[in-house]
Amino acid sequence: MAGPVQSIERAAAILRLLAGGPRRLGLGEVASSLGLAKGTAHGILRTLQHVDFVEQDEATGKYQLGAALLHLGTSYLDVNELRSRSINWADALAARSGEAVRLGTPLEGKVLIVHHVFRPDDTLQTLDVGALLPLHASSLGKVLLAFGTEPVESALESGLEAYTRHTLVAREQLTRALAEVRELGWAAEVQEMSMGEAGLASPIRGHGGLVVGAIGLSGPVERICDNQGRPRSSLVTLLREAARAISRDLGAARW
Amino acid sequence: MVERYVMSIDQGTNSTRCILFDHHGRLVSVAQREHQQHFPRPGWVEHDALEIWRNLQRVVPEALSVAGIAAGDVVAIGLANQRETTVLWDRLTGAPLGRAIVWQDTRTAPLVEEFRHRPGDDFFLERCGLPPSTYFSALRIRWLFDHVNGLEQRAKDGEVLFGTMESWLIWNLTGGADGGLHITDATNASRTMLMNIRTLTWDEELLTFFGVPRPMLPGIRPSAESYGDARTVLPGIRITAALGDQQAALFGQTCFSPGEAKCTYGTGSFLLLNTGTDMVRSRHGLLSTVAYKIGDQPPVYALEGSIAVTGALVQWFRDRLGLISSAPEIETLARTVEDNGGCYIVPAFSGLFAPRWRSDARGVIVGLTSYITKGHLARAVLEATGWQTREVVDAMNADSSVALKQLKVDGGMTSDNLLMQFVADVLDVPVVRPMVAETVSLGAAYAAGLAAGFWPDLEVLRRNWHRAAQWLPDMDPERRESEYDNWQRAVERSLGWIKPPRRT
Repeated sequence: MAGPVQSIERAAAILRLLAGGPRRLGLGEVASSLGLAKGTAHGILRTLQHVDFVEQDEATGKYQLGAALLHLGTSYLDVNELRSRSINWADALAARSGEAVRLGTPLEGKVLIVHHVFRPDDTLQTLDVGALLPLHASSLGKVLLAFGTEPVESALESGLEAYTRHTLVAREQLTRALAEVRELGWAAEVQEMSMGEAGLASPIRGHGGLVVGAIGLSGPVERICDNQGRPRSSLVTLLREAARAISRDLGAARW
Repeated sequence: MVERYVMSIDQGTNSTRCILFDHHGRLVSVAQREHQQHFPRPGWVEHDALEIWRNLQRVVPEALSVAGIAAGDVVAIGLANQRETTVLWDRLTGAPLGRAIVWQDTRTAPLVEEFRHRPGDDFFLERCGLPPSTYFSALRIRWLFDHVNGLEQRAKDGEVLFGTMESWLIWNLTGGADGGLHITDATNASRTMLMNIRTLTWDEELLTFFGVPRPMLPGIRPSAESYGDARTVLPGIRITAALGDQQAALFGQTCFSPGEAKCTYGTGSFLLLNTGTDMVRSRHGLLSTVAYKIGDQPPVYALEGSIAVTGALVQWFRDRLGLISSAPEIETLARTVEDNGGCYIVPAFSGLFAPRWRSDARGVIVGLTSYITKGHLARAVLEATGWQTREVVDAMNADSSVALKQLKVDGGMTSDNLLMQFVADVLDVPVVRPMVAETVSLGAAYAAGLAAGFWPDLEVLRRNWHRAAQWLPDMDPERRESEYDNWQRAVERSLGWIKPPRRT
């Protein structure tokens, strides 16, 4: 097994140092306190600043702990910010796919719809923003469960309610489905929440690849799936492109 | 068949963006860069025109490379720009003469006071459709002549060029000092106070009044027409459209028929109502402006209500008060409370624009009690945008024969659901967001694509428009009226804060 990663140890030492006193510290003070070269300390501080663990005072250039550290346990991306950063890509996805697009984040054991773009056919539709969907029966929810944004336990605690005869109601079924979602990188829901309806979803990632939400397409099953009942690959491609584009904007490096 | 694209350049108040659109009017690629806002004195706002030109040179290749598109696949370039922002530059060197003075800048307030008194609003309204305001370019040129030594003489000698941002950028794109095109379009020219609103030519009486020498002014062209080829950045690609950003948004929202209106929610907000080929003169504080002019077709006019501070209030809340760390968080904070708690914010940072036009107003927060939290303040910030929209819509309904039936919206603030619901609630009409939120850029692309033959006619563009979201009114009428009354009482308290200069 590999030994500890030196730069992470150093980053931890810098955070402890900054947490130690009420005063902001300059680059020189951080470097000399820890016996690091200024260049090394600066690189680590900049990275910590990039993930909002450290803040730099504009006037003095000195460093202090960032607000993000205080909220480590809670979602670090504001849902309204997520909507604002996704809106162009969600619009483009709806325009290209011809289907409705929704974004979801976890809330109290459910999926909260944080953004909704109408299917572009100008029929009467109502905004779903603020609505809650079941985690286990929606493609958005499956993505959130599969990538650890929401623990599987919270779906199990809410109970795997059967919405249709296709809903995954057994724990093993769900576990298997989530493993498949992780492998494929996207999730489907075919008549699992309501008969005649289907949906696809893909993860939105932030810094470091952390999944912060899910984006999905939904519509009548015959439009989302081919005549064998499998999700249309053209839609999957468009969806994953949009998810990657949003992730890139949010700072996920690899996507 | 190789896919081809139209490139739109949106030179806005905060950033310069390059967006590529495909044949269906779908957004393919975006690149943007913000530029610095300079606030050298209270009420002054300036931009560095060179920084903006450099940003343009960067965002264009970025937008192409993100989408993997070759320059040769671009059919045409269209520009949309922040209006009225005034750039003067040296014809021979191409160097800007000082920083650009931005539309929000209020340094010309004493001139406004003077001109409204003598020769009075009517002199201007009859010729250019606009009353004197700190908003328009001609007053800035006059101010510069009065404050920069030798500038007026240099302008008379033909050494100085004037332009709004599209003129500056087109001049640079087409060769700059080496034969660059010095042109503007009718929509931008209609915001200078120097163009005759009926003939769409520079008005001799206005030029004489402001003392603006003819040689410094750009040629006025239609909004959609082949102007010439770019010689740098995208060499050989035609530039075929330029519109002021708000007119571009009206075009992008496909408000091509009289009675159709849109509101763009950005730093400021702008409600434009298409009035067709008739120039309607407002009796309720709105501006008459050119909506667009396509090739040699007759111009289409619009009534406009401009609100100076909407998104800027959210930015102020974020940057100056530090109560939120990003603009969208205003909604999160506002949702921590049920209502405004009796608190109202009138953001008259640089006076009030339409329909009140009071440069003596300044911002107020009223109704403060120990009960008020930052959540209530966040509500009041969003509601200020809703009520200011309501005042403009009331003025439009009074000026126009038909009442507004729905409002098409766009701009960054449309991602705020709480705000959009509030706008629908206070207007009591549906609020509709189109699938492409970037209507400013889309409008410039549409105009450019029309002129280049990429799209055949307006009907095709109209079919590209799709509803992405709709908010329906859901507020008790009694509550609407009492809240509106509170808002109006708050506005009363913002008026007259700036004392008039003593006349000698």
